[in-house]
Amino acid sequence: MSMTATAGRAHADPHHIGRTAEHEGPAPKRIVTAYGFWIFLLSDIVMFSCFFAAYAVLSGQTADGPKGTEIFEPRNVAIETVCLLLSSFTCGMASIAADVRNRFWFYLGMAVTCGLGLVFLIIEFREFADLVSRGYGPSRSAFLTAFFSLVGCHGLHVSAGVLWLLTMMAQVFAKGFRADVLRRMMCFALFWHALDIVWVGVFSVVYLLGSGG
Amino acid sequence: MSDQTHMPAGHDLAPGDEEQHSVGARILGYVVGVVLALLLTATSFFIAGTDLVWQPSIPVALIVLAIAQMGVHLVFFLHITTGPDNTNNVLALAFGLLVVFLVVGGTVWIMGHLNANMPPMDQIMQMRR
Repeated sequence: MSMTATAGRAHADPHHIGRTAEHEGPAPKRIVTAYGFWIFLLSDIVMFSCFFAAYAVLSGQTADGPKGTEIFEPRNVAIETVCLLLSSFTCGMASIAADVRNRFWFYLGMAVTCGLGLVFLIIEFREFADLVSRGYGPSRSAFLTAFFSLVGCHGLHVSAGVLWLLTMMAQVFAKGFRADVLRRMMCFALFWHALDIVWVGVFSVVYLLGSGG
Repeated sequence: MSDQTHMPAGHDLAPGDEEQHSVGARILGYVVGVVLALLLTATSFFIAGTDLVWQPSIPVALIVLAIAQMGVHLVFFLHITTGPDNTNNVLALAFGLLVVFLVVGGTVWIMGHLNANMPPMDQIMQMRR
């Protein structure tokens, strides 16, 4: 293939749909790693969609137990939402700091992210403990089973994210901003932002639709 | 595979990576994202508890606001764009969304019909006798 033909195709095909890979080697490792993690995140979101579907079907099956309006506290949910949203922002700040290799802002961003994540987890745990102590545990009705599994699954993801966050701080402390550490940091940022997207679905579908609609 | 952190121009972008900007421009992107997301969240919480709007429109409004906020997160935090260097990321996202809509939409649709067509429980018990 002549050079002019290649250039002409590149011009007519900006998205490289019909890309011929003969001249380019494999993509850089940063792209391959992040793309693989992106696929994992999408499959994780597909798994969450199953929990959402179960909740949508079962939300009316209260078995004479409490309805959503009776047990949800919008004020707590609003605080949780703001915590996760701001932690997504500080996580973004930390990843920018990692890219420019600024340790102080990296540690500060990650520490604030960790704190906000912990506040979220504490509020959620107290909500769950309060429900269980009032006898509204996951075995009370199909609605509560779906509620605890959906919101609890998200909470488990946030807990895993906090552990990962602390690991990233320790790795930067011990190894510095090496290329592999930076790749892990990028995957962590993707994970944390994806958790925030799932939470948008949770507070809209579970808490707001459950209490308003 | 090379271990470089930033790729040469004309290459694909990793999900989460943005095109080369200055630090200030990147921070500004996150600030715009967080402000938009906070506005949408506040609107959602306001709409859910207000009597000012026509009540049957509230669930639709909440779903639209949620989808808008997810879009804001995707664009400003995850940096998924429609640019040529993002084709693979967008295609993977599109397939994921297809599965999500099939699972949620299909479940709600089918289970709603089953519920509507099911006789009340006492009738079932009579049929069993």
